[in-house]
Amino acid sequence: MKIVVCLKQVPDTETKIKLGADGQSIDTNGIKWVVNPYDEYAVEEAVKTRDAHPGSQVHVLCVGPKKRTADAVRTALAMGADEGILIDAPENLDPATTAQALAKAIQAEGGAQLIFAGKLAIDDNASSVPQMVAELLSIPHTTVVSKLAVTPESVTAERDVEGGAKEVAQLALPAVIAANKGLNMPRYASLPGIMKAKKKVLKELDLAGLGVNTVALTKTLSLELPADKPPVKMLTGDSGAQAAQLVQLLRDEAKVL
Amino acid sequence: MGKILVFTEAANGKLKRSSIELLTAAKKSGQPFIAAIAGSQAAGAAPALSSSGAAEVHTFEDGKFDQYNPELYTAALSDLITKSGATVVLASASALGKDLFPRIAARLKSAVLSDCTELSFNGDKAVVKRPVYSGKAFAKVTFDQSPIQFVLMRANQLPTEELSGGSAAVTKHAAPAGDLKTLIKDVVKGTSEKLDLTEANIIVSGGRGLKEAANFKMLNDLADVLGATVGASRAVVDAGWVSHGMQVGQTGKTVAPSLYIAVGVSGAIQHLAGMSGSKVIVAINSDPNAPIFQKATYGIVGDAFEIVPKLTEEFKKALHK
Ligand SMILES: Cc1cc2nc3c(=O)[nH]c(=O)nc-3n(C[C@H](O)[C@H](O)[C@H](O)COP(=O)(O)OP(=O)(O)OC[C@H]3O[C@@H](n4cnc5c(N)ncnc54)[C@H](O)[C@@H]3O)c2cc1C
Repeated sequence: MKIVVCLKQVPDTETKIKLGADGQSIDTNGIKWVVNPYDEYAVEEAVKTRDAHPGSQVHVLCVGPKKRTADAVRTALAMGADEGILIDAPENLDPATTAQALAKAIQAEGGAQLIFAGKLAIDDNASSVPQMVAELLSIPHTTVVSKLAVTPESVTAERDVEGGAKEVAQLALPAVIAANKGLNMPRYASLPGIMKAKKKVLKELDLAGLGVNTVALTKTLSLELPADKPPVKMLTGDSGAQAAQLVQLLRDEAKVL
Repeated sequence: MGKILVFTEAANGKLKRSSIELLTAAKKSGQPFIAAIAGSQAAGAAPALSSSGAAEVHTFEDGKFDQYNPELYTAALSDLITKSGATVVLASASALGKDLFPRIAARLKSAVLSDCTELSFNGDKAVVKRPVYSGKAFAKVTFDQSPIQFVLMRANQLPTEELSGGSAAVTKHAAPAGDLKTLIKDVVKGTSEKLDLTEANIIVSGGRGLKEAANFKMLNDLADVLGATVGASRAVVDAGWVSHGMQVGQTGKTVAPSLYIAVGVSGAIQHLAGMSGSKVIVAINSDPNAPIFQKATYGIVGDAFEIVPKLTEEFKKALHK
């Protein structure tokens, strides 16, 4: 079974965000880049699925500036993926164009039986690319998946929806699965894994070569940092007084009751 | 001038607040709008949509729509969108909305802006604000060469108005023909009858400061009085005290209620990422240096076990319960 993981590299969750000079993007100086947290679940599930289905292979595809994304792909290789492909692209490529690049690259590589991704990239917060890739490849998808069973013909996936409910779907392969937290426990890259990953040659593709249409569908007007909150009001007195005061403030000052 | 299609959702026979927000925004835009709804709730909600000021109402009541199937919904709705001449589609950034509309957008060679917190119109172009980098920044975005503009709004962000006006014709649509490669096997009900965290107006959240799973009872009692939904930090989800569906934060849910009460939550940056958009934040923590206080509106330094029961009593009194 040929398995593809769509992986994004994003600023580390601890990163302090500073605005860039253009006022439309962030200042990328000094940012530590990591594998998007949800994509770690995707990589883990791909590697586990490969091991359970002898003869399978895991290919990792990453869209973004190749001078930095190579690190993220090597992390996935160190976790056990077999091959890495960098699709060179500018910063802040929109989800529709990213999905096109991934779909075209998957087609160029001869297709895939199972395509894993994370349910959300924590930088652009779009939660769109997996569904778009599925549509462009005319194959089914499911997102926010926290449980998966794979056979050579189909997958059965549990998807988390509102109120703790779960939708259980069976998808004929090929299919796209977008992972939620809870799907598995991503492994750490082992030292031998890291050594091996370092030696692997990453394949390189680019948007022009793939024939991606890069017409801009959306336009960012500005990027802003959240407004400063007024300083916290600390409530004093014994616990009874604090509780009474809080209820009064919520009712009369904040007016949220 | 453009034309807006509002995709609505209902529960227990009533339109969701998030959908009323969208209808209100469509009405205020001054552009003509039409409303659509699918599934087992469609027939029940159709009369309310018909008298909402919408010019047309489209329902998908066939039993096949009772359970959400991405392929079926994509086929049905992309067809409706195309035929209706809509230039803007407004929907909720719900579990269904987020899964469905990116796929439809791809089919219609268009873009979708998800998880928006503000919406306005510049002529017939939608302009939105949406959190990026886990709420550490907000992007103001509009559409460029997107044939259809898909906007998915987060709940509780827009004002609602009483919807009245007109009596639009209701057009029922059959399920599209064609083989589906997705089969919905089961829908397992959640254990909670309460509003989902992403829709809740008040959230009471617990962290490791609660010491053990059983102590969440204290938060449930408080939440019951407030009509709130209970959330949690990742630390307690990972410890297995509560289910992952309750996790707030970067790898959990992003919430923006009117009131967020954090009890025994330290306020790690990944937790703040999920809740810093809340209107009023209350922090209850025994450590005066806990980072949560930097984001809080009101802070109480103290022992949760002492304060929470007293707070529950005070709320009971104030709310006459
Ligand atoms: C990639 C990544 C993603 C993450 N995603 C998330 C996420 O989505 N959501 C999330 O929450 N975390 C997330 N985390 C984890 C996060 O970094 C913190 O570890 C976690 O939020 C801490 O949970 P906590 O506040 O419950 O526990 P702690 O940090 O242990 O805090 C417990 C707090 O309780 C207080 N306390 C103790 N006893 C009492 C008492 N009797 N009364 C009152 N207060 C008391 C303490 O002073 C302390 O502040 C993520 C981490 C990483 C690396």
